[in-house]
Amino acid sequence: MSLSSKKNLLEVNNLRVNFRTPDGFVTAVNDLNFTLAQGETLGIVGESGSGKSQTAFALMGLLAGNGVIEGEARFNEQNILTLNEKAMNRIRSKEIAMIFQDPMTSLNPYMKVGKQLMEVLMLHKGMSKAEAFEASVKMLDAVKMPEARKRMNMYPHEFSGGMRQRVMIAMALLCQPKLLIADEPTTALDVTVQAQILTLLNELKDDFNTSIIMITHDLGVVAGLCDKVLVMYAGQTMEYGTAEDVFYRPTHPYTQGLLKAIPRLDSNDEKLSTIPGNPPNLLHMPSGCPFQARCEFAKERCGESMPLLEEYAPGQLRACHKSVDGWVA
Amino acid sequence: MLTFISKRILEAIPTLLILITVSFFLMHSAPGSPFTSERALPPEVLANINAKYHLDEPVINQYFYYLGGLLQGDLGPSFRYKDFTINELIAQSFPVSAEIGIWSFLVALLIGVGCGIIAALRQNSWLDYSVMGFANLGIVLPNFVLAPLCILFFSIYNHWLPPGGWNGGAWPYLVMPVIAMSTSYIAQIARITRGSMIETMHSNFIRTARAKGLPKYRIIFQHALRPAMLPVISYLGPAFVGIVTGSVIVDVYFGTGGIGQHFINGALNRDYSMVMGVTILVGTLTILFNAIVDILYAVIDPKIRY
Repeated sequence: MSLSSKKNLLEVNNLRVNFRTPDGFVTAVNDLNFTLAQGETLGIVGESGSGKSQTAFALMGLLAGNGVIEGEARFNEQNILTLNEKAMNRIRSKEIAMIFQDPMTSLNPYMKVGKQLMEVLMLHKGMSKAEAFEASVKMLDAVKMPEARKRMNMYPHEFSGGMRQRVMIAMALLCQPKLLIADEPTTALDVTVQAQILTLLNELKDDFNTSIIMITHDLGVVAGLCDKVLVMYAGQTMEYGTAEDVFYRPTHPYTQGLLKAIPRLDSNDEKLSTIPGNPPNLLHMPSGCPFQARCEFAKERCGESMPLLEEYAPGQLRACHKSVDGWVA
Repeated sequence: MLTFISKRILEAIPTLLILITVSFFLMHSAPGSPFTSERALPPEVLANINAKYHLDEPVINQYFYYLGGLLQGDLGPSFRYKDFTINELIAQSFPVSAEIGIWSFLVALLIGVGCGIIAALRQNSWLDYSVMGFANLGIVLPNFVLAPLCILFFSIYNHWLPPGGWNGGAWPYLVMPVIAMSTSYIAQIARITRGSMIETMHSNFIRTARAKGLPKYRIIFQHALRPAMLPVISYLGPAFVGIVTGSVIVDVYFGTGGIGQHFINGALNRDYSMVMGVTILVGTLTILFNAIVDILYAVIDPKIRY
């Protein structure tokens, strides 16, 4: 599948997220561009602090008060970054829904789970209490919640972490949104539960024909779920292409490093490969490529200018001075 | 829940007993007696009076006489007001204090919580700063300063309200005592509400509520208010007792005749049974309202079950 074969549901153009902090201006997301077609899944991959969660918050209008957005995000042809709170509230959950990283704290501990689900339907669909109750039970069934009806009257603390994330997913899908943003939905869960949640998301994606932006630092998650992958580092796009290309033919040294760092069952190496060093401090960004300090291929040029994000093969983009086959002169 | 309540009642008994014992012996170890006055009584008369009130017996005997009376609900005769028992004096003055207290409490709660929420939602705006400025003023301004200022303004300069008296609790007599009583509580409640509301609005489940597209007022009242009220409620229990029984200043300035005057006069006159009676009343109320706070906690927070 090429990158722009279908009609685009979401087009993000030159998205920048800046934060005014006491220590200065911080650019958390720097000139991000991507497109997403209906039914497509995009993985945004990066380490902590790479700006992937801030991208999600910017799209939902949930940035912290000191955040400033530049650029545009056209959702169904409409730039949602300039909408006021009221107009945005008509899109939230109804058209674009979000699942958060920490299911343990993301549900209201003082409210019955049923009520938290029903209020979404009563708000956006104008359902009566009874209708909303039945629709919520149905959705809990759809996310494979055992004894869904009984669970409606329970409080979040009576659920396990995995079950809470199922509730969050059910809550996000209630209005059958066109776009689902999942911000590290499996990070806080243990491995077996992670697999269950990913399988669930994969099934729901097909059932509801929902587009998904899957934000993760776990390449394994991306591999199983995504059509396209965007690799972020220090707020910038390093590599962007189809999941197949990025996985089997990674060309950016950072992506290559990430892939090497995945533990493999079929390898006999005792030691796990890592990328040495830490991401740069966003307050004091080095000139040139942000990854240069950790890059085994870095040359003088890398410290002088930031490489442009260029399409080097159809549908495959990367930002690196090193050519795909190695350094040329 | 029933087991919880009966457990709390059983726990209250030893607590009260300790309170009674400690205050009884402290009171009696203070120098002087209810009948020391400037003009010394003839020794025969004093001996007669002391015998009547068992003051000539060892303190430990007096303690058991007192406990015996208490078991029958008798707080003893007043040493000062000769024709009254403590039960009668408290029955007369407590309703006054309770009425001032309940009104002050309601005023403090409504205005305090309201101001706190407004300040929290407009954090770091001029509105926040001015609300918190007034709150700080309310805390540092003691009610013995506030009470005469009220009288000056409302009664002497403007003749709007009577400067004192009670008149069965008619509202013109109630306004100034309620202002003097509630101001510092308004301030405290506003500060606590603001802090906990700001914290709640930054929590993850509020972010979830925003992501649902809920309008702001529903986020505040349906999602944030309950958790934000928890610290306020734990403050309210002791605060309520303080408001109802702590009307010393108000009684002195406005001559309302509440229970506060008895506390202070009782201590000055060594009116043993009066001080004991008021102490037991305050102690019982404190235990009662702390138990109510615990029950309210369980009502608000589903994680707490007794």
